[in-house]
Amino acid sequence: MSRAAPEPVQVVKQRRDAALSALVDGLPYARFLGISFDRRGDELTGVLGFHEALIGNPELPALHGGATAAFLEVTAIVGLSWAMIWDDLERGMLDAATLTPETLPRLPKTIDFTVDYLRPGLPRDAYARARVNRSGRRYASVHVEAWQDNRARIFAQATGHFLMPPRDD
Amino acid sequence: MSDTGSDAAPEGARDATEDMAAGAKADVARRFIEQIPHAHALSMRVDQLGDGRAELSMPYDSRLVGDPRNGVIHGGAVSALLDTCGGTAVLSHPEGPAQTATISLRIDYMRAATPGQRLVARAECYHVTRSVAFVRATATDDDRGHPVATATGTFTADGGAE
Repeated sequence: MSRAAPEPVQVVKQRRDAALSALVDGLPYARFLGISFDRRGDELTGVLGFHEALIGNPELPALHGGATAAFLEVTAIVGLSWAMIWDDLERGMLDAATLTPETLPRLPKTIDFTVDYLRPGLPRDAYARARVNRSGRRYASVHVEAWQDNRARIFAQATGHFLMPPRDD
Repeated sequence: MSDTGSDAAPEGARDATEDMAAGAKADVARRFIEQIPHAHALSMRVDQLGDGRAELSMPYDSRLVGDPRNGVIHGGAVSALLDTCGGTAVLSHPEGPAQTATISLRIDYMRAATPGQRLVARAECYHVTRSVAFVRATATDDDRGHPVATATGTFTADGGAE
């Protein structure tokens, strides 16, 4: 039985990075907050680059709870959307070369989002990763954790429920 | 009973100074909010304040959009407004603390905010213990009858009510 030759690595990377760019570029609010995403295979890490406008308590100083909540929610939505398009992308059913924020599948909508503030956010970069605990046809449940200096020392976490966009198939 | 904000008042003088103290507390809270860089970045404004209730609003801004296909504000920006409004309500409570931080915040999103319209959040701090303040809040746009989102939160209250 003959097997197709593996795709050249740059083709794989270009496809995945193009799809991720289309997804993140479609979120003006992510740009406003200074959020970018690192990708290793299918694993995404949200990066919130520190800047003064994220401060909520100038005396401590500490990140604003609202900025932290927004970072967690953006990471959850991008993580869930990424998981949603990954299979179609890899099977060639979505063409990364022509993907734009306008032609991407619709994004999931947040139903509810519960944030747990564990310690003050320090005035420096923060990171977050989302885990999709369940993703059905209509609903999804996503957990997301954020940390700064130490991966094990989480400063905020959240769980959210999302309404999945309608699918044609 | 809390002694927050009236430490300097002599015994017995409290009743006479209560209204003034409440007004001063509201002013302190208003100034406090206006000095928060993130609230400033989102152009938040304190519209009403006092007695554990706060109303804050925020203009529509295309930089806060979550989906460019419909121009709807991202849920995270609504969270930021509700969180700030909740904290402000805690600070304005007669038995509330002088400083606060969010412990937890749950937001339910009822519908998309209409693009182009100002978002208004109203929060009520309905109970304060010596360590925790409890808050509920609602966000609406021009259609006041149908909330965009509702929230419940707990906030730290060091030096709150006994």
